[in-house]
Amino acid sequence: MAARKSAPKKSAKSNTSKEELLGFYREMLLIRRFEEKAGQLYGMGLIGGFCHLYIGQEAVVVGLEAAAKDGDKRLTSYRDHGHMLACGMDPKGVMAELTGREGGYSKGKGGSMHMFSTEKHFYGGHGIVGAQVPIGTGLAFADKYLENGGVTFTYFGDGAANQGQVYESFNMASLWQLPVIYVVENNQYAMGTSLQRSSSTPDIYTRGEAFGIPGEAVDGMDVLAVKEAGLRATEHCRSGNGPYILEMKTYRYRGHSMSDPAKYRTREEVQKIREERDAIEHVRDLILQGKHASEDELKAIDKEIKGIVNDAAEFSKNSPEPALEELWTDIYA
Amino acid sequence: MATEVLMPALSPTMEEGTLAKWLVKEGDEVASGDIIAEIETDKATMEFEAVDEGIIGKILVEEGTEGVKVNTPIAVLIEEGESADDIAAPAAAQADTDAPETADAPVEAKAAAQPITPVAPTETDIPEGTEMRATTVREALRDAMAEEMRADDTVFLMGEEVAEYQGAYKISQGLLDEFGAKRVIDTPITEHGFTGLATGAAMGGLKPIVEFMTFNFAMQAIDHIINTAAKTRYMSGGQMSCPIVFRGANGAAARVAAQHSQDYAAWYAQIPGLHVAMPYSASDAKGLLKTAIRDENPVVFLENELLYGQSFDVPVMDDYTVPFGKARIWREGNDLTIVSFGIGMKYALEAADALAEDGISAEVIDLRTLRPLDYDTVLNSVMKTNRCITVEEGWPVASIGNHISATIMERAFDYLDAPVINLTGKDVPMPYAANLEKLALVTTKEVIDAAKAVTYR
Repeated sequence: MAARKSAPKKSAKSNTSKEELLGFYREMLLIRRFEEKAGQLYGMGLIGGFCHLYIGQEAVVVGLEAAAKDGDKRLTSYRDHGHMLACGMDPKGVMAELTGREGGYSKGKGGSMHMFSTEKHFYGGHGIVGAQVPIGTGLAFADKYLENGGVTFTYFGDGAANQGQVYESFNMASLWQLPVIYVVENNQYAMGTSLQRSSSTPDIYTRGEAFGIPGEAVDGMDVLAVKEAGLRATEHCRSGNGPYILEMKTYRYRGHSMSDPAKYRTREEVQKIREERDAIEHVRDLILQGKHASEDELKAIDKEIKGIVNDAAEFSKNSPEPALEELWTDIYA
Repeated sequence: MATEVLMPALSPTMEEGTLAKWLVKEGDEVASGDIIAEIETDKATMEFEAVDEGIIGKILVEEGTEGVKVNTPIAVLIEEGESADDIAAPAAAQADTDAPETADAPVEAKAAAQPITPVAPTETDIPEGTEMRATTVREALRDAMAEEMRADDTVFLMGEEVAEYQGAYKISQGLLDEFGAKRVIDTPITEHGFTGLATGAAMGGLKPIVEFMTFNFAMQAIDHIINTAAKTRYMSGGQMSCPIVFRGANGAAARVAAQHSQDYAAWYAQIPGLHVAMPYSASDAKGLLKTAIRDENPVVFLENELLYGQSFDVPVMDDYTVPFGKARIWREGNDLTIVSFGIGMKYALEAADALAEDGISAEVIDLRTLRPLDYDTVLNSVMKTNRCITVEEGWPVASIGNHISATIMERAFDYLDAPVINLTGKDVPMPYAANLEKLALVTTKEVIDAAKAVTYR
């Protein structure tokens, strides 16, 4: 089961429907506008602590959610806002958690890095780099044990890819043929340390070879390529063939967190990728070139998204802080 | 010259074993390294090799003999031309005098022989007339898991050597046969990984029991026990549940030195979101483990290797459970309160016996669970006796005893007639040398001395 490299390339445009393209556009735009708003609220002091924005990486979760079925599970690290929006969680509840309010998904007790939705099968939001990898493997273990046909999307970054527990998980997932998709969101930087300075190999998708786990590299800035890869991976898992690795070559435009000095890369590097590889611009081009919608229609979508995000921000400001008694609840069942 | 072949100790805690089979007979010649017998310990059957060469002059212990104490002569090896009859008797006598020096594990062998019965049990949930059966802690733990696995298909056991090997300490003996490989799962040696995996499985709707071969190895996995299992309910605003049991041997065994001899009671007891149980008796081991498996919260269940082979009376009941947060008064008394848990109870109860002979009446409380902790039972006792000592094997800094002392000071200061004394293990890594190891552990004598100090005797 050799890892295979599908060189980053723009996906075929022909077989994608108008509805699907417009859906991708809306969902990616929602994440971007939401994150921009979160950045603003952080600047205003309404969001505290750590806040890791997903801007630039939107195509990864949106493409993979298009490959998921009802009942599939997903979990990720602390850069989690995009994953929550993509799986259908309410932007109001997410934003209110960021502002630490009662209306947040964790009643204000979890914050940016620790959110969950059992309803949407979103299993966090994990603050310890790499810890979500064995947890996601365990969710897949439960799916197999319960024979429910589910697949777990376990996301982690290029930084987490160097944690030992990732390989402990690979070994068990392959040994026990667990239905788990390891999605490596390689945004090139683990905080401020580039892949070149932290990884002995340039490709992370090959790191499953030693365990017999197939992997592929995917252009993570191309939502259509991501979806296609996601379908290959889910098919592999659902057929009982065990785990699969997808390395998404992507890029984060913003800092690691809000307090990033941005000394480790140049402004030009970021600008170049924004101009040449931006995931939302790519879909926008496809829509316009295919004449699926006019500029005015896209503007209407932009306006609608802005409204959703503004409502979420308003909700997150107006939702009260948690009651003081909440300090003592939810510790034990 | 004739040489005795002595009953070997095949594990750090072995005190006796069964001579299952002789593979040689009298008159056979053996060379060093030849397998001469099969010996069954409480954990495994092992082959026993000859160390010297010679002729098997006499077999002193027949095959099939149970309870053969370590260092008992089991055969005599002679040289050509010698007769075994001449030397058999004196050899046995000599072995007796050797035994106390070589076999002084922290647990006295005699304790294993007879069931220990609480002097004044406070359990009221055992119906009168219930049959009590002598059961080892090991069997009690196995029975608890088996009963809960029969009752709930989502309960499964995972850990190193829990299945085909039947458990490194034989706690899971027979479970693979009954429940199959789907539910009794041998893991690779990968604590960090399988602990995280099991925690995820708990979030995914299963009820895992994770066996750590010992809790020393759980340090590789402690991030998932604390950061994931204990905190997820809170971090999710009550949405997520993590019903999981982390269990295994905790604390010092015998002569396994610094990296394998640590008591984690105080570590885990500090963590909100965890329940922490640390049983002493077999009935509590069973009843608490059944409660732990049914608990919707993550439970750290701290066992003790030296107690595994000890027998206690366990009630024969369909469904015997022990609630968390309820201490057990093993012995009532008026002069002082001794608070302990886990193997510390052994020293506490031995000391109470000795103190009674000196006319000092000690009340002995087994906390049984450290989180939740039964403060009321401790405080009520101290208000009666006005003196308290605590006994545990862990280190002295930030110990459970420290916490109990602080609580007594805050809530019963005016009742105290003497400062509370905390007996703990010494503030050192566990040494290997037998004499130093003894010194590092808390002893019955220290408990007696402390009891006399707080009662001003």
